[in-house]
Amino acid sequence: MIAILALLLACQLGGEILARSLALPMPGPVVGLILLAVVLLAWVHRRPDLKGTLLDKVSTFLVGGLGLLFVPTGVGVVQQLGLLGDYGVGIVLTLVVSAVLTMLATVGAFLAVKRWTGKRP
Amino acid sequence: MNDPFALWVYLSSTPLLWLTVTLCVWVGADWLARKSGRNPLVNPVLVSIIAVGVVLLVTGTPYARYFEGAQFVHFLLGPAIVAIAVPLVTNRKIVMENLLPLLGALLAGSVTAIVSVVLLGRLFGLPPDVLLAMVPKSVTAGVAMGIAEQIGGSPSLTAVLVVLTGVTGAVLVTPIMNALKITDYAARGFSVGLASHGIGTARAFAVDPVAGTFAGIAMGLNAVLTSVLAPVLASWMV
Repeated sequence: MIAILALLLACQLGGEILARSLALPMPGPVVGLILLAVVLLAWVHRRPDLKGTLLDKVSTFLVGGLGLLFVPTGVGVVQQLGLLGDYGVGIVLTLVVSAVLTMLATVGAFLAVKRWTGKRP
Repeated sequence: MNDPFALWVYLSSTPLLWLTVTLCVWVGADWLARKSGRNPLVNPVLVSIIAVGVVLLVTGTPYARYFEGAQFVHFLLGPAIVAIAVPLVTNRKIVMENLLPLLGALLAGSVTAIVSVVLLGRLFGLPPDVLLAMVPKSVTAGVAMGIAEQIGGSPSLTAVLVVLTGVTGAVLVTPIMNALKITDYAARGFSVGLASHGIGTARAFAVDPVAGTFAGIAMGLNAVLTSVLAPVLASWMV
């Protein structure tokens, strides 16, 4: 358990160091994600099954509980109540319509490219 | 300490109280969400934020003091992003099979997220500093705050907009995709992960594991692409 946490944090730290020292346009944890993926790809080369390992369980727990991790940030809304009072309707409409458009564009492009590439396997 | 007020003054200044409140409220909100059959409207993130927010307002607790306790939860966002590598690798076969659609959708979605929010925001008369804070709203919180800082928006406002966007996508994705009769869970998951980052990903994992995996991939890739696109597009548009 501790080893798994150490692995995740080490990847994040490595990602942070790489991102800063090489001035990458990516955030540290995303570089850490790539680092861990590389390590795991090398690992599954020898031992094909990652499912059911402790790493699998811990990451399922972390990724599955992702919603909780946003609560402290989201509660910050109490600091922005004044701004939301002034522009609340505009902000909410903008965010809702933009989120819908983004989902439609994404799912449309996904299915279009899939159909298009599927014709010529 | 027999005086209940003195006890409150002591407890409300410790990280213990606010960490416990955050976790207990989450457990309750998650229970409600399960009880409702994962009804998209009963989003546990939204319910928790409202509940904790009301507690802070009623007790007159400053957000900074609350965050001293809640930061232990907040800290796990980083490792949780790293951990997305695991479902990515376990599902590498289906990911590779969908590589081209995934890249096409990433580009279309990322550009739409940034351009649409700026144009709509201008249409609804929002001031430039709010527009700048909105640009990275589809990116996961920690990363979005970094982008906002880089392009001159307020990171704390961005954080709130990010969570609002996340909850919006998580609430709307299931009804929209069902109405459009889209049954490809890779496509559904990817779109909600792209538009609504971690909160959308949590929703996708609650619906279907393949959807969750693709949502996680979309969240990671969109964080990268938006970091690159946002400074360029923001300087053109805002």
